[in-house]
Formats: sequence, structure tokens, C-alpha cells
Amino acid sequence: MAIIERPAETPEYVAPAPTASGNYGYLRRPVETEGWRSWAFTVDHKKIGIMYGAVAMFFFIVGGVEAGLIRLQLAGPDGTILSADKYNQMFTMHATTMVFLFVMPMAAAFANYFIPLQIGARDVAFPRLNALSLWVFVFGGIFLNTSWFLGGGADGGWFMYAPNSSVPFSPSNGVDFWTLGLQITGIASLVGAINLITTVLNMRAPGMSMMKMPIFTWMAFVTQMLLLFAMPVITVALFLLMFQRSFGATFFSVEAGADPLLWQHLFWIFGHPEVYIIVLPSFGIISEVLPVFSKKPLFGYPFVVFSGAAIGFVGWGVWAHHMFASGLGPISVAVFSVATMAIAVPTGVKIINWTLTMWGGKLTFTTAMLFAIGLIVQFTVGGLSGVTHAVAPSDTQQTDTYYIVAHFHYVIFGGGVLGLFSGFYYWWPKVFGKLLSESWGKWNFWLMIIGMNLTFGPMHIIGLQGQPRRMYVWTEARAGEGFFNLGFWNLVATIGTFILGVGILLFLINVWVTHRPGNSTPDAPADPWDARSLEWITSSPPKEYNFARTPTVSHLDEFFHRKYEDRADEPGADGPTDHTAHNYVQVRTGEEVIQIEEDNADPNIHLPAPSYWPMVLALALPVMAYGVIYNTLLIIIGAAIAVMAMFGWALEPADADASDFDPKPDGPDDGGETSKELANV
Amino acid sequence: MSDSLISETMKDAVDIVKDHANDDHTHDVDAGDVSAAGHDGHDDHGGHHSSLGLSNTKLAMWLFLGSECLLFGGLISTYMLYRNRHSENLGPDQLWDIPFTSASSFVLLTSSLTMVLAVSAANRKDLRNTKIYLGVTAILGGLFVAGQIYEFTTFYREGLGFTTSLFSSSFFTLTGFHGVHVSIGIVMLVATIGMLQKNKISGDKAEAVEMVGLYWHFVDIVWIIIFTLVYLIPA
Repeated sequence: MAIIERPAETPEYVAPAPTASGNYGYLRRPVETEGWRSWAFTVDHKKIGIMYGAVAMFFFIVGGVEAGLIRLQLAGPDGTILSADKYNQMFTMHATTMVFLFVMPMAAAFANYFIPLQIGARDVAFPRLNALSLWVFVFGGIFLNTSWFLGGGADGGWFMYAPNSSVPFSPSNGVDFWTLGLQITGIASLVGAINLITTVLNMRAPGMSMMKMPIFTWMAFVTQMLLLFAMPVITVALFLLMFQRSFGATFFSVEAGADPLLWQHLFWIFGHPEVYIIVLPSFGIISEVLPVFSKKPLFGYPFVVFSGAAIGFVGWGVWAHHMFASGLGPISVAVFSVATMAIAVPTGVKIINWTLTMWGGKLTFTTAMLFAIGLIVQFTVGGLSGVTHAVAPSDTQQTDTYYIVAHFHYVIFGGGVLGLFSGFYYWWPKVFGKLLSESWGKWNFWLMIIGMNLTFGPMHIIGLQGQPRRMYVWTEARAGEGFFNLGFWNLVATIGTFILGVGILLFLINVWVTHRPGNSTPDAPADPWDARSLEWITSSPPKEYNFARTPTVSHLDEFFHRKYEDRADEPGADGPTDHTAHNYVQVRTGEEVIQIEEDNADPNIHLPAPSYWPMVLALALPVMAYGVIYNTLLIIIGAAIAVMAMFGWALEPADADASDFDPKPDGPDDGGETSKELANV
Repeated sequence: MSDSLISETMKDAVDIVKDHANDDHTHDVDAGDVSAAGHDGHDDHGGHHSSLGLSNTKLAMWLFLGSECLLFGGLISTYMLYRNRHSENLGPDQLWDIPFTSASSFVLLTSSLTMVLAVSAANRKDLRNTKIYLGVTAILGGLFVAGQIYEFTTFYREGLGFTTSLFSSSFFTLTGFHGVHVSIGIVMLVATIGMLQKNKISGDKAEAVEMVGLYWHFVDIVWIIIFTLVYLIPA
């Protein structure tokens, strides 16, 4: 796994280092800079991040359609839109898609795009592995969803409790697709985690200590740590289930003497950290957004960092609160109950930090800011209902009702998805060079907030009223009277879902309006928000090589400190006020800061060359997975492709051959930008 | 093994540690030491500038092994849960052949020694001995896998199939996963020998050997745990 990078080049171009191409008789590395090949074989973390985001957005729509069908079915009594079987598949695939194919990869999109930019690196530590993560995720997601056309989706619920998910109770291939599909996307997460952790730990710009890292990078780092240790646990569970379903083992068969709680423990040891995997990236995003639009530094940066890390640790000790109703015994229940209340503390610390960041600030209510504030409010609601689950006697009443559904949607949609949308609006000009429309954005925000509260708010009521989750119909006869009438609130929830759907549609329309051909919207300024962190010390969208020169960091909020200087101590200045010992005065604009960097651009920039092999290797995995379900021969073919791809990977030339470039590196029409143009390849 | 080789190896181990201390490129921010970052791609370890002074590859391998701990943790827990759930006459007490498994464990642990010698030789840039020791490691690993296949076959003849009992399923799953890890290690060893032979390792050769070594030692350590928990502790 050598790190592949372009050899050092001066503007005059020096021949590649002796270790590079020449003595390799294998495929050359691709060099295309345009067309689909430049995306398919890219190892550029920014392109990979954009593709992650686009594919995740597609799956968000798929999962949303599934949610819409579920709510249509439940809008009135005795719904007939879905059969019981299809309904089971629908809620299982809705959750699976949203968790594994939307929120996680969307967070990975942000992490991929912004971690290198925020720490002043030119790319991630292992660019080819990064491409591998992307394609493994894409093919795994497609594989998982092909089950719809091959006998139906998985139908055991997203936590797929065994033995309920074993063959007698779930005879279609849906669960097999689910098991193998999650194995595949799990590989993507694991490889991505190793890559991004290495990047954060090892590739920070000079001067950037861990405690000077932008907060989003910190939270993404904690997330990747959780993934690193959570994925192998679900992998074990999935293997055991696969062996049970495909090869006749009895790990979960109670009649063979198996322990019915084994699956639950394995699943939730993964599953609870997974909750923090979902929300922590969003916490990081809004911790970037709130200070910028409050014109204040993040309140208590170390507290936000350490409470995030504390969540990362304590998150491992609360899994059994998902199992209070399973008869664990009083000691286990008490311990996990207390641990669950304890984890509310670092979460509460964060909420206080965000609130105090806004306190006394000059607030600007942009769409990004609105989504960030929306997260604080909605996540607090979800957090409070979460504390009611920590009380075990209360939880045993609530468990498997819609109250739980209400809770985790406030947490995951309120705490996760709203943060991602905040990130879309905040970083869109950074990634695509255009500002999304604020007026469409406001509509987008308010419809989503109203929609989500109408959808998930009533679920508290219908849950406490006793409507069980996962029932495909409810009947008028038992719907209750007056305010607590199930029928009324179910209808409200369904209407809310469609308001929410329109809100999300407005986002897509906003993107289209901003980027439609012939749109006269000017390009976004380089520093549209007066931002604070390192990713803005470069043009928007960033060049392939990220930074004209590798930034040297001396402050947390480096970009801010380059724009503003503290004049508190100078004679004649206004002097310290009652509230602060600082008196920051703008000394240069963001554009000027960027110009200084470009004027001092590094002469030598070398970037990794693209590669065919990540995609080929990723393609081998679904082939093997189909083989497990249908035909052993396919396993062998898939394995052969994988082995070939691994050797191709290892033996690939370290660089593209110089003669493959167009224009030629020493051609007549290259100017002083030669090394950068080359680096683009 | 001669004393000189031992002292050579010891000295080498010390050098490796010292070498890593040297890796630490401390950047003096005020001195404007900007160009070093991300550019010294051709330093001793063939890696990037690194904030920790540890090469990216090595850090990534450690992270991967950390993740693997949880994988084996899950499998071992499953086995420990189910190790007593078997029929009367097909449990660990009837099946285990401790002397045989001890011998194959000894073979595997010896392979860790030869792996250390290979890394040491690679650090001395002694390519010939590197390849020899890597080869010996691969052969010892192969012997271990052969022993495991023999053991599995014997158990199967005695009536212990994969689906016979919860004990058998979890035993074969755990040891099978370990066997696959050893086999992958052997492929890595052989591939490393081949790539050394044909000079196709573009980065630091010693580090490439060390990476294989880290993985190999990890797999050995896992076996120590499996051997203790699965074979030595009475059911």
C-alpha cells in the first residue's frame, strides 16, 4: 500500500523518480482530466466527496419514497396501499437506506471533502483506498437495492433480530441481500475510517496541533474512530447470520439451544455507536456554522472537543438500553440505565456551548444558520425523549411503540439530517463556487421544520397511546377518542411527511435554479460568510491541489486570525470593553489572504495519479455476494477479479507515464503553470 | 542461532526505535518551514510528511489491527458463549488433541521469530536473508494451516460437522476465520518475496516487510488467545 504520488516536479519538469514507471509491464495509469473517466478513476478527495454526496442524495430520495409509502399506508384505518409483507420490506429498507446509504455516506462526503482542506493537506493519506471506499459503497448500495427486483427486500426491521430473520420466518432472499449488502458497505466504512483517521493524525499542516484543528474535523475524527471499532462487530453478527441462513449453522436457533440475545448484543454494540456515527458529523458542521454567523469564536472549543470524545467513549457503554424489555436482569438494566443518563451530560454540554456561542453575537439568519439552530432545538427534543428511555420502567412501556419512532427521528432527522443541510448551504459556495438561493433556502428550511414536526411530533402521542411500531394497519375500533384519537394524528403525520417531502424537493429545485444553464447568478465570492477555518484559505471551488502553498497554522480559526488582528493593547484603540479583552480589527479581506497565498505558491506540487483498480476491486464484491446467494461459481469469479485487482493495485506504476499526458509536460504550449496542470492529472 | 545474530537483531530493534524518533519532522512555525509539509515524499520511508513521525502506512496498519481485535473479540465471545452447548460425546474433552495442537502452535509462534529476523534483515538491507526468512515464515505458516486442515478433517471424521452443534459452528467459525487470516498472511509473504525478487516495491522495502510483519505478529497473538481460551481451559 505504498503512497502513490507524483514525483516532485519543477516548472521545467524533471523526469519521474527512478522508482516510477518504466520497469512495469502492466496497465498504465489513467490520465483523463475530462469526461466520465476523470470521475470514475479519480483519486481526488474532492471529486470523491462530491460523488459520495450525489449518490447519498439519490438514496435519500429512495428512502424518502419508501417513507412516503409507509405513511400513506398508515394515513387511515385499514390501509390497503401495501400488503403486510411489502410493508415489512418497506420499513426495513427505509431505515437501512436512510442509515447506511444516506446519512453515513453523506457524512463521509463532508468528511472526504473537508478534512484534507481543513487540516491543510493536499489529499487524504491513501487516495486510492479513498476511491475504493466510494465504489465499494456505491456497488454495495446498488446490490442491496437490487433485492427489490429479485424476490423482495429484507423484511426483518433494520436491526434484523435473529432468529426472526432466519429462513423459516423470512424465506425470501431479502435478508441475504441485506446481510451481504451491509458487509460490503461495511468494508467501505472500515477502509474509509482507517484512511481518514490516518489523514487527521498524520497529515496536518505545519503548526496545526490537535487542539487547533477545526471542530468539524474533530467530530469527523471521533466518528471515524467509532466506525473503526463498530464495523467489525456488525461484521461478526452479519457473518453469523449469513452462516445460519446459507450454510445451516444454528447460532440463533433457540430450538437448537442458542441464546436469543446473542444477535441483540452484537447488533447493538455496533448499533449504539452507530447513533453517534450519525449525529457527530452534523454536530461538527453546526459547530462550524454557528460561530461564523454569530461573529464569535466557538464557545468553549475544548469542551466541544472533549465532550465529543466523551460521547465517543461512553457511546460504547450504553448499548443494552435498546434491550431493556428483553429480560436482562436488574443489575444490567440499572448499569445501562445510569450510563445512558450519563451520556446525556456531554451531549448537554454541546447544546450549552452552541447556545452560548450565539449568546451576545451578531447573528445573521442565513439558511445555514437556520438549519443549525433548527438542529439545536429539534435535537434537544429528541434528547429529552431519549432521557425518558433511560428510565427503564418507563422504557418498557414505550418500547416498540411509535414513541420510540418519534424519539429516534427527532435525533436522527433533527440531529443528523438538519446538520447535513446546514452544511449544504454553508459549504455550497466552497464546493461549487455558487451560492444557493437564500429565498428558496428559507422555504426549504421552514417546510422541512414544519414537516418534520408534523410528521414526528404526533408520533409521541400515538406512541404513548399504544400504537405499536411496525404494524401495517391500525383499526378505527381501537383508535381512541378526542385529542388522543389515533386516526387524527396518523393523518397529521402523513400530511407532515408530504410537507417534509416538498421541503426536500425545494432543496433540489434550489440546486437546479442555482446551476441551471444560462443562470445569471454571479459566482460566489471567495469568502462569502466571513468564515474562520482553513478550508477557506483557497479559491472556491478549490484547485485539484487544494492550496497554492501549504498553509502554516498558528491559531485555531486560522483564516479569521489572518483577516483580523487584535488591537486591544495598542494605544489609541478603543481598548477592551467590559465583555472582552480583545479588540479585533479587520486588516485584510479574505480575498487578500488568498491572494497572498497564491503569490507565494509552491513551485512543486505533486498529486496522486488516478487509478483503474479501486473500481475493479469494488466491482468484485457484489459479484461474490451474488455468488453466495445464487451460484458458487460466481464467488470464484468474483474472488478471481478481486485477486487480479489487488495485484494490479500493488504492481501499478507509481505514476502515469510522462508521454501519456496531453498536453505533453514539455510541450510547446505550457506556461509557468505546467507543474500544476500536470498535477491536475 | 549464533550469538552474533542475536546481538545483531537486538541492535537492529534498537535502531528501528531510534529511526522512528528521527522521523519526527518538527516544524518551526516561525522559521517559515512551509515547504517541507506534504512535499518530502521521498524521505526515508517513502511517505508524506507526517505529523506523528509515524509513516501513514504503519499508522493505517495499526488502526486496521485495532479493528481486527474487535472482529476476533466478537467471534471469541460467541465461542465462549456456546462452547458447552454440544452433545454428550462430541465436546472439547473428547476431541482435543492437545499435544498435536501444541506442536502446531509452536510452529506458528516460531514463525513470528523468523518474521522478526526477516524484518531485521530488511532493515540491514540484507535482501537475501530477508527473502530467506520470509520464505521460512511462509513455510511455517503453511505448516500451521496444514495442521489445522488435518485437525478439522479429524474432527469431521469423528462426527463434528459445521452444523452439528452450537459448539461446532462457533468453533469452526472462530478457528476458520483465524486460518483464513493466516492464509492471507502467507499470500502476503509470498507476494512480498516475489516483489522483492523483481524489485517492484516502489517505496521503502524495509517498511513493506515490517507491515507484513505487524500483520503476521497480530495473527500469532490472536492464536495465543484462541489456543488458551479454546484448547487449554477445560470446558
